[in-house]
Amino acid sequence: MIAQHDDLHNKLNLEQNQDVKQFLTFFMAEEEYGVDILTVQEIRSWEEITVIPNSPDFVKGVINLRGTIVPIIDLRLRFGIPAIEYGPLTVVIVLKVKLENASKIMGIVVDAVSDVYSIAEHEAKAVPHLSDSDNAQYVAGLVNVGEKMVALLDLQKTMDI
Amino acid sequence: MSIDLSQFFEVFFEESFEGLDAMEAELLNLVPGEEDQETINTIFRAAHSIKGGSGTFGFSAVADFTHVLETLLDQIREGSRDLTAEHVNLLLKSVDCLRALLRALQAEQQPDLAEADELRIKFEEILGMRAASQASEQVEETVAESSFNTYQIDFKPHHHLFKTGNEPLYMISELAELGELETHAFQDGIPDITNYAPEDCFLAWRFFLTTDKEQSSIEEIFEWVEDDADISITLCGGLFGAEVEPSSASEPAKETNTNTVEPIAKASTDAKKAAPVKTATANAESTSIRVGIDKVDSLINMVGELVITQAMLSQLGEQEITEATIASLQEGLAQLAHNTRDLQENVMRIRMLPISFVFSRFPRLVRDISQKLDKQVELKLLGEQTELDKTVMEKLSDPMVHLVRNSLDHGLETVDKRVAAGKDPVGTVTLNAFHQGGNIVIEIMDDGQGLNTTKIREKAIKNGLISESDDLSDNEVNELIFLPGFSTADQVSDLSGRGVGMDVVRRNIEALSGSVEVSSAPGVGSTFTIRLPLTLAILDGQLVRVAEHTYIIPLISIIESLQIDITKVSRVGKDLDVLRLRDEYIPILRLYNIFNHQGAIETLDKTLLVVVESDNQKVGLLVDDLLSQQQVVIKSLEANYQKVDGVSGATILGDGRVSLIVDISGLIKLSGLRKPGSQELIIESKANLEAS
Repeated sequence: MIAQHDDLHNKLNLEQNQDVKQFLTFFMAEEEYGVDILTVQEIRSWEEITVIPNSPDFVKGVINLRGTIVPIIDLRLRFGIPAIEYGPLTVVIVLKVKLENASKIMGIVVDAVSDVYSIAEHEAKAVPHLSDSDNAQYVAGLVNVGEKMVALLDLQKTMDI
Repeated sequence: MSIDLSQFFEVFFEESFEGLDAMEAELLNLVPGEEDQETINTIFRAAHSIKGGSGTFGFSAVADFTHVLETLLDQIREGSRDLTAEHVNLLLKSVDCLRALLRALQAEQQPDLAEADELRIKFEEILGMRAASQASEQVEETVAESSFNTYQIDFKPHHHLFKTGNEPLYMISELAELGELETHAFQDGIPDITNYAPEDCFLAWRFFLTTDKEQSSIEEIFEWVEDDADISITLCGGLFGAEVEPSSASEPAKETNTNTVEPIAKASTDAKKAAPVKTATANAESTSIRVGIDKVDSLINMVGELVITQAMLSQLGEQEITEATIASLQEGLAQLAHNTRDLQENVMRIRMLPISFVFSRFPRLVRDISQKLDKQVELKLLGEQTELDKTVMEKLSDPMVHLVRNSLDHGLETVDKRVAAGKDPVGTVTLNAFHQGGNIVIEIMDDGQGLNTTKIREKAIKNGLISESDDLSDNEVNELIFLPGFSTADQVSDLSGRGVGMDVVRRNIEALSGSVEVSSAPGVGSTFTIRLPLTLAILDGQLVRVAEHTYIIPLISIIESLQIDITKVSRVGKDLDVLRLRDEYIPILRLYNIFNHQGAIETLDKTLLVVVESDNQKVGLLVDDLLSQQQVVIKSLEANYQKVDGVSGATILGDGRVSLIVDISGLIKLSGLRKPGSQELIIESKANLEAS
């Protein structure tokens, strides 16, 4: 962890560099994923939800976010990872995603929130094309933070339902 | 003139557009030879205020153009010139032209003056003011002038100048700002002391101004005193050039006024420091609304009542709670609920405008199109005072224009054909609007030839929309015209017939959660019926429970709710139950089934049936329980998610939970009860069979 934080600080010092972005990361099935922190509206705990009839299984339903109807997507199910019981660490990350012609507010259910890293975009490596994985399309790039690997999500693709 | 005039621009534009609408409407009423004096006056007044306003705001192109128009109208008004059909046509064209000019100015774009100049020349020819060639020469001439010029300005205020609140000193200092100014004052007008009136102005001035500015900027300074002084502005050949005869004409400024592209561009860019050019469409949906003062007054009244109730409640809150206070607290809350509801209704009413706002554009449209098509058409407008939400109205206009064009182009026959068919040579198109339940219904009727079902069928088969073997009723065939890529016109005209029409109409109207239907009889005519909700923002809903989910059924579509008499239920086909209710057969839709919810009550006699109607079809929705009725504010699901079949939107309940609003016609489609493109339920025929 300490090494990571040193790394983080080094990166933060590079902030002036235009292509450094901050990413919020979260865990899902032991893997760490990142989203651009500027898209994050808020982080909420899991709450009672209204089911949308005949929707895909990964769309859990909609919630009332201060008067706006916001759909919630279970990212595990979206990625085809077996679902788990929602626990006290389960969180909903509310994101503002720019889709083709409009920006939409949506929430994603993840196992737990992890950390915030500064990552220079050029550090991100392309995802190796593995024919047996549909999920590769949802990942914009892979990046190493210390010992770990973080998958940066392509939100446009992930949220295009 | 230190006031920032730009803050009034929007008001000016709005009023001018209203004025133009009024002019257009009155012009259409004009019949050459028997014109009504009051009608001419109305047109004249509208033109006059547009001229005045545009002059004040420095839109000299508009002002100049309106001026010639006004001159013609003035002559007609005074009777010195007879109104001809040519005049009316020209005036109508000018209305369009002015509208385009004003739109461009509103969008802060450079207006295209070509058409205005062309029309102006025509007007001037009629008026005999000058030959066409001169006018165009003048334009060229003034474009060239850009370097320093010296103007001689004679300014002789009338005696009452001060009484109109004007101060020559300000004008002089403004002139001085434009360039090098030499001022001569004439004192010979001053009477001796016995006749001197201290509140009158006796001075007159002659200025020589050397400036690189346009003449229009000088005119602008004297704009306010135009009617209170004799002003002449002349371009001198050289510095202190030839003695120019001081003019006494009251409006010479107008005659020497120049109409070039440049001053306009300047006026509009100056106004907003060269703001980025906006597209005209950005302003297409109006952002302001005119509200009758009575509506505002009643709102103020209601807010007053609300404040009183609030004061009463807070007083109660400070007291110790006893049985007596609880009773008055409840009373107060009931009053609060009453106030809130009243207030809500009245606020909603602010957005309601009479549909004449949409209807009013049709007389012109019909006139133009009928001339183009050489058909004789009478337009009847009914129910113009029917009120409708403003947002709905704005989006309604385009589909209606399309439908009316269609009626004129395809529906009504030519005069010869009509006479041959033994009909009145003048065709009739009727627009009718009325309220029905919580809906507004708009009918577009024509007494033309009706839809040609044979042709539609052929075309549909050719386009692969249906197959030869499909046996469709006439109504079903007529419905096909709403499918994408459909047009039966023999020839593609510029009016309609590109085949992108009716499906767009239907989609636009469905986007407003309305519906459009057609009924037609060959040789008699066709009727398009548009149904729209009065408002898109609020509905009265019945909360129902299905398993653990709460749904809302719009109250207006509910006919009755009942417990099922199991003996009157019969099964049709594999899994459809039908209830005989009085003399009707009502198909039972199991909501839990359609929405795929587990854990609902499935036995018919333990549940409740809500009988609803949509598009003249009744169906029963099976629910576990009826909950309360309440008004709900409709929230869009599509804003952040997407369209959900069978659901028209969502709302937030009192406890903060989200609840979905059931879309009855979507539900019927979803249940597979209705054949695609058909009005009739499959079930009906089968049920009848079973009954017999």
